[in-house]
Amino acid sequence: MDDQNYLPHVSGSSKAMVIMALGLGAILMLIVAGQTSTSAMQVHAFIMIAAFLIGILLIANMGFNTNGRIEAEKSPAGVYYNDRIIKVGVIASVFWGIVGFLVGDVIAWQLSFPGLNFDLPWTNFGRLRPLHTSAVIFAFGGTVLLTTSFYAVQRTCKARLFGEIAPWFVFWGYQLFIVLAASGYVLGITQSKEYAEPEWYVDIWLTIVWVVYLIVFLGTLWRRKEPHIYVANWFYLAFIVTIAMLHVVNNLSVPVALVESRSYSLFSGVQSALTQWWYGHNAVGFFLTAGFLAIMYYYMPKRAERPVYSYRLSIVHFWSLIFLYIWAGPHHLHYTALPDWAQNLGMTFSIMLWMPSWGGMINGLMTLSGAWDKLRSDPVLRMMVWSLAFYGMSTFEGPLMSIKAVNGLSHYTDWTIGHVHSGALGWVGFISFSALYCLVPWLWKKKSLYSLKLVNWHLWISTTGIVLYIFSMWVAGVVKGLMWRAYDSLGFLEYSFVESVVVMHWPYIFRAIGGLLYLSGALIMAYNLWKTVNDGVEEESQTTANQAIA
Amino acid sequence: MSEKKEIDEFSGIDTTGHEWDGIKELNNPMPRWWLWTYVVTVIWSIGYWVVYPSYPLLDSYITGVWGTTQRQVVAEDLEESRNAKAVYAERLLNSDLQTIRSTPELLDFAMAGGRTSFKDNCAGCHGSGAQGSEGYPNLNDDEWLWGGTLDDIHTTISYGIRSIHEDTRLNDMPAFLADGLLTEEEVEELADYVLSLSDNSYRATENAANLFADNCSVCHGEDAKGLREFGAPDLTDQIWLFGQDRDTVVDVISNSRNGVMPTWTGRLDPTTIKALAVYVHSLGGGE
Repeated sequence: MDDQNYLPHVSGSSKAMVIMALGLGAILMLIVAGQTSTSAMQVHAFIMIAAFLIGILLIANMGFNTNGRIEAEKSPAGVYYNDRIIKVGVIASVFWGIVGFLVGDVIAWQLSFPGLNFDLPWTNFGRLRPLHTSAVIFAFGGTVLLTTSFYAVQRTCKARLFGEIAPWFVFWGYQLFIVLAASGYVLGITQSKEYAEPEWYVDIWLTIVWVVYLIVFLGTLWRRKEPHIYVANWFYLAFIVTIAMLHVVNNLSVPVALVESRSYSLFSGVQSALTQWWYGHNAVGFFLTAGFLAIMYYYMPKRAERPVYSYRLSIVHFWSLIFLYIWAGPHHLHYTALPDWAQNLGMTFSIMLWMPSWGGMINGLMTLSGAWDKLRSDPVLRMMVWSLAFYGMSTFEGPLMSIKAVNGLSHYTDWTIGHVHSGALGWVGFISFSALYCLVPWLWKKKSLYSLKLVNWHLWISTTGIVLYIFSMWVAGVVKGLMWRAYDSLGFLEYSFVESVVVMHWPYIFRAIGGLLYLSGALIMAYNLWKTVNDGVEEESQTTANQAIA
Repeated sequence: MSEKKEIDEFSGIDTTGHEWDGIKELNNPMPRWWLWTYVVTVIWSIGYWVVYPSYPLLDSYITGVWGTTQRQVVAEDLEESRNAKAVYAERLLNSDLQTIRSTPELLDFAMAGGRTSFKDNCAGCHGSGAQGSEGYPNLNDDEWLWGGTLDDIHTTISYGIRSIHEDTRLNDMPAFLADGLLTEEEVEELADYVLSLSDNSYRATENAANLFADNCSVCHGEDAKGLREFGAPDLTDQIWLFGQDRDTVVDVISNSRNGVMPTWTGRLDPTTIKALAVYVHSLGGGE
């Protein structure tokens, strides 16, 4: 297919097929709504019916008045990039980020002041906590990954995104997954698996969406005009493929009935624990690490306008990261019923993972050689460097905590929470924000952001928040761990569990303040991006420039 | 544009010749220190697999040269902990409560052990300072429902109150209103009477004294000062298990409460129960 002359269009038959499928889904959900015994499932059925009907309308409207032609602008390179979906994705990312951070800070305050649970089932910590983790990881992180990958894969392949309905199905289907997951938690629907709380029917929906995502991504790679596949795309692809595998295996279960929300897991006991942490650890590895490394590999060299430091390093660290990460899950189950050999393998593979993880950091930081002076003038680039620094710190801390002797102290304490958040707030958050700061002026064709000063404020307020967060959790975790293992001179335990809870009060308050600062930073970003779109200085468009020359 | 190798001006390193959306790649080697650290972690891991349990086999696993397992480590740690306590623990088990109380080193040991197990087992209801809460008696004062001697306390801890143990302490205050023994007015009168015993802002009717004598004095005593053999509390003092507002007293008389304390026999070993008895006895009100 020659992209130079390829005009984006959608065929009537593919529209009809998807509309029929969605219609069938709506009818099925109507049956579920009528047959189910719980009102929570009924709510979900109605949400799905509404989503499917809206979907039908949107698809029917595609190219309705233009004989199937899809409106798109020709880029200077002569490609009709699908940029509308990226714009919507940017807006959704910012929205979910703020929701996720807000819920996170609410539950942080709940831990210090239990009265904030309000004695209501829907606002209880137990239901809001998965709401927070899913909102930040899947809603915010996932939408950022979808958005940035759709942008980067088009640009690095010099090809329009594969399919016209498919990318939109992926995007809105994923948003539906988020809404179902989040509303389910609040209503009390959960299968109680860490980071995989949604029940079987939501899992099936996500599987469908994810397979289409893979097809869209591979299809775009297939259309590429460049002879080679760029490293960012390896990482995106590894993320998409592995998450599909993890998601399917971890969620294998048997529904109680086809119209009910409950199910029984296929695994039980220690097998279940190992499967869950094989999934959970690699959600960190392939979602939060590989996916965001992909962002780094595209957006950082673009921003710095420097070549990637080492092609060889990117190959070796990519393959070693992919190969090693998948075995490290058992370190979450040290000193449990998991057999010794599995624990030891988990630990050693985590140690070996240290350098492969750092490979990404080195390649990113060294890419700046020749552009270090830009750190003074460009706070977005500075934020990228910060994010890599946090990445380096947390990928050193991870292997350290996987060592059994260290884990004996850190396990089950807030040290783990601190570790996760140095990676999540510092690495994942900052690299996402910087990608959004890059994308908005590019997409809305502005000369630059509304205010670089505000970016700097965002960076410093959020960094202060992260530091408060991590330090208070280190203190809390180490103190807690030490209290649990303290013996008096006669050999009796010095402290009871509840005494270690009492000590947590103040560290938890500092953590919550840290979270509040981080949330404030994100609000500043939202304002800045909003102003960029509305009041930013227009970039001189390529065509006008060309006309001027002519 | 692709496949055009060039020399990067800043670093003097050649590129790979690929370009994507303006992004090029330098042909730098991997940093030596990175590569060597990576190799060292791999070698260390192989060493670890050799000495500790590592890879699974069909129906067993490679135990490693040292063969250390976490079960073994726990067993050793527990053994060590038991040995450290062994001398005193054995003496504690074989001594009667009075002897423990009067022998300084045994008392120290019992207090330390009692304090630890109190926080783990009793604090949930009685509070970490044994101060009690609504429905759970304060153990710091000298008001005892079932007696405050070392033996009394030991019995209560061992068998519980209204527990599943056959030797449990047991009483059964009737639910006077719910069981139809008294009318609503009579319950109200009784409540005023009981409250008037410790608070002279309440006025009791003459009939109330008769009601008390007929219905309550068997267990609480004619003077309402309580009878420990029945576990019946003193009603003339200011100490209330469920609260001293009138509504609560009316409710207790109407519906009774019958709180439960579990039996600790079988859940805690005899030495620990002894230590707990000594500890609780020492909190302030031991007799």
